[in-house]
Amino acid sequence: MTRHSVVVAAQSNDPATRSWAIGVIAAAYWRPVYKYVRMKWNIAPEDAADFTQEFFTRLLEKEFLDSYDSARGRLRTFLRTCADRLFMNQTRDSKRLKRGVGSAHLCLDFMEAEQEVAAELLSGSPEDSFDKEWVRSIFVLGLARLQASCASGGKLIHFELFERYDLEEADPKPSYAQLATEFGLSTTDVTNYLAFARREFRRCVLDQLREMTSSEEEFRREAQVLLGMKVT
Amino acid sequence: MKNLSDRVVARLQAEMQLPDLSGTRYNLVRFVASGGMGSVWLAEDTVLKRRVALKVLDLAAPGGDLDVRLFREARILASLEHPGIAPVHDAGTLADGRAFCCMKYVEGQTLAEHIATLDLRDRLRVLERIAEPLDFAHARGFIHRDLKPDNVMIGAFGEVLVMDWGLAKVGLTSPAGEETEIATAVQPTHNGLGVTGQGSVLGTRGYMSPEQARGDVEIDRRTDIFSLGAILTFMLTGSAPADLPAAFGSVPRPLRAICEKAMALDPNARYRSAREMTADITHYLNGEPVSAYPEGLVERSGRVFARHRTAVVLVAVYLIMRVLFILFARR
Repeated sequence: MTRHSVVVAAQSNDPATRSWAIGVIAAAYWRPVYKYVRMKWNIAPEDAADFTQEFFTRLLEKEFLDSYDSARGRLRTFLRTCADRLFMNQTRDSKRLKRGVGSAHLCLDFMEAEQEVAAELLSGSPEDSFDKEWVRSIFVLGLARLQASCASGGKLIHFELFERYDLEEADPKPSYAQLATEFGLSTTDVTNYLAFARREFRRCVLDQLREMTSSEEEFRREAQVLLGMKVT
Repeated sequence: MKNLSDRVVARLQAEMQLPDLSGTRYNLVRFVASGGMGSVWLAEDTVLKRRVALKVLDLAAPGGDLDVRLFREARILASLEHPGIAPVHDAGTLADGRAFCCMKYVEGQTLAEHIATLDLRDRLRVLERIAEPLDFAHARGFIHRDLKPDNVMIGAFGEVLVMDWGLAKVGLTSPAGEETEIATAVQPTHNGLGVTGQGSVLGTRGYMSPEQARGDVEIDRRTDIFSLGAILTFMLTGSAPADLPAAFGSVPRPLRAICEKAMALDPNARYRSAREMTADITHYLNGEPVSAYPEGLVERSGRVFARHRTAVVLVAVYLIMRVLFILFARR
């Protein structure tokens, strides 16, 4: 597959390929979509959850993605616009947000997302929330890649150190010396292992993003936003 | 995989922006600025114990066009040893795959900050010094292509430096038709294409010549002359050249004419070199006629008077005394 595998695969005629690709897109975008509609349209949590399921089901049915042209914009912006369009169409038609019988149902943890929404409703725009959630989702997927990569390369301790030092909320952070004692390593090893894990994490996150963009140009622009180097 | 808090996401973002300097001789000091394709960081060279500027691309793309462009910029800087051009010390690829180049760290002010406190004559002298490295580069076959106030720095000791040669190109079609050996040595070899893309538009609107804005491939040093004229306009009016002509206001006509000649739409109507343009500036500063401005008799008389005020007054006094003496002698 080419570097555009996920976006291209999501437009494939082969149901299995499309299902896999939509699964990947959903993993990165379900939280942004859920929080976005909760904040922008102020709908109840259960309706937002139903809407999110409906949204990705429509994607799977090629209803939206067929019209996506990477030359005309980023996937992120396109999906947000699709969410708006779907919501407005449903409101106009006064239809309940129901999924069709036999359609795919994604396993998504709306409970956790809802707890986060409560805090965010008071601050920021829905659009900002969508972008922020997108960054978070790509990072989470990048972390999963890093963990898998470390596990397969016999470097799980690198990942555990990274998790302990960079992902935990502890304040103050443990010192490298404390980590060395905790993990039975030298301080130099802790420094080197963490440097390795951070470098690999950057690579995993960018690989994840590369898969989810359609062109090198889109990848570069999205990477700058993802890494916080440019605003959206 | 558990979700990440805002705080952790922000921390990870900050960490991912940092260039991975492991295995290099540099220690990171702080972020300086970001540009279109990368960021500039202040670092310490641990071997030579000095501060340097590291220009690091945002993304790793070995062999990609941005890498090629950065390394070309480094080679161009390496071949242009001039006090008005910040020297390059090193270039390579970091452990995270990002290309970097290490340059002299220039502490100082941007052109806009610097000229705010200067009078007209001092501003013109600064322009003369911007033109020096430019003329030097042109003589070696390079054109800058992105001259603008942001790319001119004034160092702590008043040195004027032309920065950011990232869009520099070998000017194959200079007015004289020459092509130097130095320029040939850093010719792009990447797929036989110019790394800035043939026919693509790169530069900064307002300071970019019309032919460059059109994406003409056949541009030469006169595109930089246009930009130099735009910089002079900015220095005289405080406004971007896009606001012309109203912004000229009280700017002396000869200086306005110099700006207009440098920024002529037709490259053939511009100064042929930065030196020729600064010669006009020098003439103006010395109270001499400038080639860009054909002055009338009254203006010429006024300029001659202004330039030789004492002599003119003495001659006038002498003549008046002489006339009075003749008149009294007849009585």
